[in-house]
Amino acid sequence: MLKLENITYKVENKLILDNISLSIDERFVAITGPNGSGKSTLAKIIAGIIPATSGKIYLDGEDITNLSITERANKGISFAFQQPVRFKGITVMDLISLASGKKLTVAEACEYLSEVGLCARDYIKREVDGSLSGGELKRIEIAMINARGTKLSVFDEPEAGIDLWSFQNLIKVFEKMYEKNRGSILIISHQERILDIADKILVLKAGKIDKIGTKAEIMPALLGIDSGCRYVKEG
Amino acid sequence: MDAIQKNLLEQITGLHEVPQGAYSLRINGSLHGKNSSENIEIVKKEDKPGIDIYIKAGTKNESVHIPVLLSSTGLKELVYNDFHIGEDCDVTIVAGCGIHNGGDADSEHSGIHSFFVAKNSKLKYVEKHYGSGSGSGKRVMNPTTVIELHENAYMEMETAQIKGVDDTIRTTKATLAAGATLKVGEKLMTHGSQYAETRFEVDLNGENSGAHVVSRSVAKENSKQLFISRVNGNNACSGHTECDAIIMDNASVSAVPEIMANHTDAQLIHEAAIGKIAGEQLIKLMTLGLTESQAEEQIINGFLV
Repeated sequence: MLKLENITYKVENKLILDNISLSIDERFVAITGPNGSGKSTLAKIIAGIIPATSGKIYLDGEDITNLSITERANKGISFAFQQPVRFKGITVMDLISLASGKKLTVAEACEYLSEVGLCARDYIKREVDGSLSGGELKRIEIAMINARGTKLSVFDEPEAGIDLWSFQNLIKVFEKMYEKNRGSILIISHQERILDIADKILVLKAGKIDKIGTKAEIMPALLGIDSGCRYVKEG
Repeated sequence: MDAIQKNLLEQITGLHEVPQGAYSLRINGSLHGKNSSENIEIVKKEDKPGIDIYIKAGTKNESVHIPVLLSSTGLKELVYNDFHIGEDCDVTIVAGCGIHNGGDADSEHSGIHSFFVAKNSKLKYVEKHYGSGSGSGKRVMNPTTVIELHENAYMEMETAQIKGVDDTIRTTKATLAAGATLKVGEKLMTHGSQYAETRFEVDLNGENSGAHVVSRSVAKENSKQLFISRVNGNNACSGHTECDAIIMDNASVSAVPEIMANHTDAQLIHEAAIGKIAGEQLIKLMTLGLTESQAEEQIINGFLV
């Protein structure tokens, strides 16, 4: 279980995150909210990429607030970037192997790629460089998290850039990931269909928790706000 | 061969013993052994140090190994190797030089390799340079490669100098006839106070000739690198030169790409980029559980593979 206690993040006295407390123990937890509300910052604080200005982070009761990115990764936190990183000379096979922490056979690596809808044979030897499209990189990013199989996987807007691939498949990937790892999956998303699978939804607004609750509690209000429509038909 | 020489051989060719088939092995300034095959003849030069290699027209899927090993300190040599490749061949030439210098005097190998590739032939040339030994004497290598590609000839040149060479000036000059193609991939890593200079000069003389020169390098610690590439388009042709360098610590890298078009249908491109390892690359690999230094190593290894 991941627990955040009074997490605050300031940049030059500007409050980006304001006293966030939260626990994540469910299968799927979604964080949503308007652009600039602090969602990605919160995800990066969990992964250790950004240090919180104040507050505590616990993973299964252990205080990980001062642990590095590497230490957190080895304790069981995975992080899928919103904009995947490109590497000259490093192949898809290399990255999937590094993610899994062991030398994978081609068949094993292929399985992870097939799960995200990539024809493994075409990709396994490709360099993770500018020759891959944004959508392809995004799927490889998800395959890496799957290969890690950790107790907490954080996805920063996984749906962005993979529009040709149906959301339904993306959701299936998350469901399968949970079946396999039994680890919590934290997804930052704006997509209704992704929020729809969440056991808990957190709405961030201007760095604060605006709402938190189950799908049934949050979704109706959220859809009303998001659509900007004041004439939602009731009943 | 002693253990040091065997290690040098393995580093530059991947072989543990004297190569099979056609080969020439030079150790400490003299010819240690050579072997010709039915289609590949190796002849020792009479007037100067070096060999002539004659590959018969139509030779396919054969290879020649010509490693050079230096293990005694203070040795300096200049060797001329000429490769005459007949028409319609498809062959691989593996060259390389390993220097072990355990003494205080500089050891130096300068090789001038000339390739005459006849029409419609395909050549793959692989060259690896490696240095070892803890002596204060420098390990110096100055390879010069002269390439003459005749009509529709194709040459792929892969060079690597990853470790241990203190001073190097690498010069490659090529002229291409109609329809000929040259692809060069250079991998270079310098560390300590090493200096590496690379100079490419390619003349695209024939119609529809093409050259693609790519150099990837990593400069660490206090090392210095200079990359100069000049591609001259003298006919309807295509040329591309690219230098991509990672710079670390207190190193310095200078890239001077130059393209010159002397024909309206010459299409020439140059690219050069120098920068440190991107922070986001390190972070990504750290989120996979690697430490910062493991991540750095992984990025460099990938870049130079």
